[in-house]
Amino acid sequence: MTETLDAIVVGAGHNGLVCAGCLARAGLNVTVLESAAQCGGMAGPRSLDRDYHIPSLAHTAFPLAEHVRHDLELDRHGYVPGPPAATISLQPDGRHLRLTGHEVSGADLHDADRSAYARFADDYGGFARALTPLMTTRPPRLKDMDFTDKKTLARLGWRIRMGLGKASMYEFLRVVAMNIYDVLDEIIEDERLKGLIAADAVIGHNAGPRSPGTVLTYLMRRFNELGGPMYVVAGNGSQVIDALAAAASGLGVSLQYGSTVEKILVENGRTTGVRLNGGAVLKAPLVVSSADPRTTFLDHVGASQLDAMFTQRVSQIRGAGGIAKLHVALSGAPDFKGLDNEALADRLLIAPSMQYLERAYNHSKYAELSDKPLLEITFPSAHNGALAPAGHHVMSVNIGIAPYELGSGWDAVAQTLPYEIIATIGQYAPNLSLLVVSHEFLTPPRIEQEYRVRGGHWHHGETTIHQSFMMRPLYGAAQYDTPVDGLFLCGAGTHPGGGITGLPGHNAAKRVLELAT
Amino acid sequence: MTMIEKTHFRQPLGRSPFHPRIALLSQSEEWTSWNGYMAPRVVAKLSTEYFAVRSGCSVMDLTPMEKYRISGSDARPFLDRLVTRDISGLAAGRVTYVIWCNDEGKLIDDGTLFQLGQNDYRLCSQHHQLDWLRTSAIGFDVQVEVETQQVAALAVQGPTACSVLAEAGFDDLQALQPFRFQQSACSGLPVMVSRTGYTGDLGYELWMKPNDALPVWDAIFAVQGRYDIHAIGLSALEMVRIEAGFVMPGFDFNTAESTIRAGYDRSPYEVGLGWAVSLDKGQFTGRRALLAESARPAKRRLMKIVVEGNKPVGASFIYDRRNGRQVGEIKCAAWSPILKANLALADIEFDNGRLPRELWARIDYQRELKWHSAWARCHVSEKPFYQPGHRGLTPPNRY
Repeated sequence: MTETLDAIVVGAGHNGLVCAGCLARAGLNVTVLESAAQCGGMAGPRSLDRDYHIPSLAHTAFPLAEHVRHDLELDRHGYVPGPPAATISLQPDGRHLRLTGHEVSGADLHDADRSAYARFADDYGGFARALTPLMTTRPPRLKDMDFTDKKTLARLGWRIRMGLGKASMYEFLRVVAMNIYDVLDEIIEDERLKGLIAADAVIGHNAGPRSPGTVLTYLMRRFNELGGPMYVVAGNGSQVIDALAAAASGLGVSLQYGSTVEKILVENGRTTGVRLNGGAVLKAPLVVSSADPRTTFLDHVGASQLDAMFTQRVSQIRGAGGIAKLHVALSGAPDFKGLDNEALADRLLIAPSMQYLERAYNHSKYAELSDKPLLEITFPSAHNGALAPAGHHVMSVNIGIAPYELGSGWDAVAQTLPYEIIATIGQYAPNLSLLVVSHEFLTPPRIEQEYRVRGGHWHHGETTIHQSFMMRPLYGAAQYDTPVDGLFLCGAGTHPGGGITGLPGHNAAKRVLELAT
Repeated sequence: MTMIEKTHFRQPLGRSPFHPRIALLSQSEEWTSWNGYMAPRVVAKLSTEYFAVRSGCSVMDLTPMEKYRISGSDARPFLDRLVTRDISGLAAGRVTYVIWCNDEGKLIDDGTLFQLGQNDYRLCSQHHQLDWLRTSAIGFDVQVEVETQQVAALAVQGPTACSVLAEAGFDDLQALQPFRFQQSACSGLPVMVSRTGYTGDLGYELWMKPNDALPVWDAIFAVQGRYDIHAIGLSALEMVRIEAGFVMPGFDFNTAESTIRAGYDRSPYEVGLGWAVSLDKGQFTGRRALLAESARPAKRRLMKIVVEGNKPVGASFIYDRRNGRQVGEIKCAAWSPILKANLALADIEFDNGRLPRELWARIDYQRELKWHSAWARCHVSEKPFYQPGHRGLTPPNRY
């Protein structure tokens, strides 16, 4: 290949594709190297047996931010977010709660809680909106600030002070570093409702409702919701990924599958390209990695090309996955007690109270998996019949809060645990176990291995306060550029973090173009 | 893991294997703590000890010096990333002086690096480095072990050092070149001998098992009748190392990992060790920061200065002229008996990357308990103050 590349993007996850597309749009000659045979990474499609298809890890998503959609003309490439999905919190006694947007309903739910929730949803939507200036650009440096940094901070300050108003700003500053348990306990009585809300603050994280920083994780989720309501990922594979790949290709990005990066090459502190497994070398002055920071720095770059303290900080990144995933092929639609068949199109939660979640997390802390785990269940086939044979379904279950290292070893439970989970869900849908055709079980270590993310964390690293904003993924690489000249990060491990938002990729591309041109 | 005896508190300072002999020779009983060991400042008489280094043969217990054994398949890449200097010339049997920095390019410590064999190294340093070495080991297949207690060490330094060791029964050291070492023997006991030192004179460092320490000591002192041999302490060492222009981390500058106040740490360039930084050797910790620093005008430097007159230079400020602007301070000073001069290392602020044209020290000193103040002109010396020609000769002069 004699053609000279301007940039190599490592990994064709959604952030890698967004970044590659934005760089190509600015005129750069970009190649994306993807280890798998398809793009999408954790948000890509997956097959279960031959006849059943299911989204990999991201089985729900929010619409991408408007500016990402616009810049890559995603709508022209067939991007249509799915229809809004409600969240149903299953209750053992059948008094399920149903939540759509700011409205929550259910048996025995008091009006006071109903309106408290509406206010809460409003307030926290406002708080999330106030973070917009910070989320849609590189996080500002606090030392040696440049004009952009000052502008970001000024806009953030303005949004918090003037956008929220005085009283709301005080409330924002009061709660932002709190835990979700205390906040919800202040304003809501109903245990079911508190469990439902708290589930969204802890799912995917190594945290219980009482863990510090869970208001922040909740706000980040609410921020993602600003682009539109949550939907169940159910395209033929995934709408986002297909549209992103089409958009990137349309902009001239070359997508190379089956290309596993072994090393990011560094000479005299500057990257020169990558070496693939098998020895082929691709040269480029810019390398943008959407792999997680630990994989990028410790495996691809290597400690010998980095400073010692930086390496140590990288190795300390908190990024053990908190989720195991169960995929089940079903020969028919399960009947959930107290729900009609249409509810299969919604998101079902087993998170009946905050105490339930806190106990699930307690086990995780001690390298155990609770026998009463947090479960998040979707039926992508309810949205797209092509995912399963006629009349059949696929069920996607997130299991939290799973320890990355299970004391008894994941292998020991990999055979039995899926049936226990199915039995747990079966308490709400008695015919479920009769419908099971087959299943696959993704433990955190298997997620780590299959998706090449150290720790197997959805967000490539916890979005705790010490790993967020100008500290994400870590001091020394928090503005997408790294200690290696020409090497940038653009994955979920960077600001503003995980979720199918495209924001890390978009922000990173801006930073690459700013520094490289 | 070795258990600490329950009586350890009765003896807060450790005893080197040489201690019984030094204690016997000690007349002044001036002891201090050196890395937790009981070490003599002066054994008998400072002037005798100083002149033993410069015109005879001195023997100093080096056991308290921190010693680390570094091994494993990544030992070389690990060391390459650790130290600022290009060590590609280091091979088995060779020693090199090295310094290392943190990510900000600030000096952590200096030391000597011995390559004992393939993937087998010894690093000797002034201060505890285990934490830093372990931090630096992340991502490398390397083992770092402290061997301070497992290796007894003795510095034999002075113009007659080679002759003394030959007389004491050491295998032939005539051909041993500076910064080389060899396995030798003394009275049948295995001793590793390196031609290294901290005195700026001809000298050797002997490395042995703690059990062999006293027989080796005795073998050397057995030839005391023919040669002028003296056990020396840290005070004499301080005089000769200043004469030789060697810096001492933690005394002449604050080491990075123990610095609290911003700007109180120092880079290699700022202490005159820029020669030990190879920016073109590839990555090492601090390279990026040092590359940036090297492109900026120098802010300050630790300078070797000769202070006019014979007033005792202590902790003094340096000014750009008599009663002028304060531009620096003296970090260490010694009266050099052999040069008959006041020598000092001084931390001096540069003006737009340049050394101030004139340097003056304001010396506060006592005469019969009354304080006086005097101004003394200072002259910068780019070279070591004292660099005797005989120190580098191979074979060394015979006496």
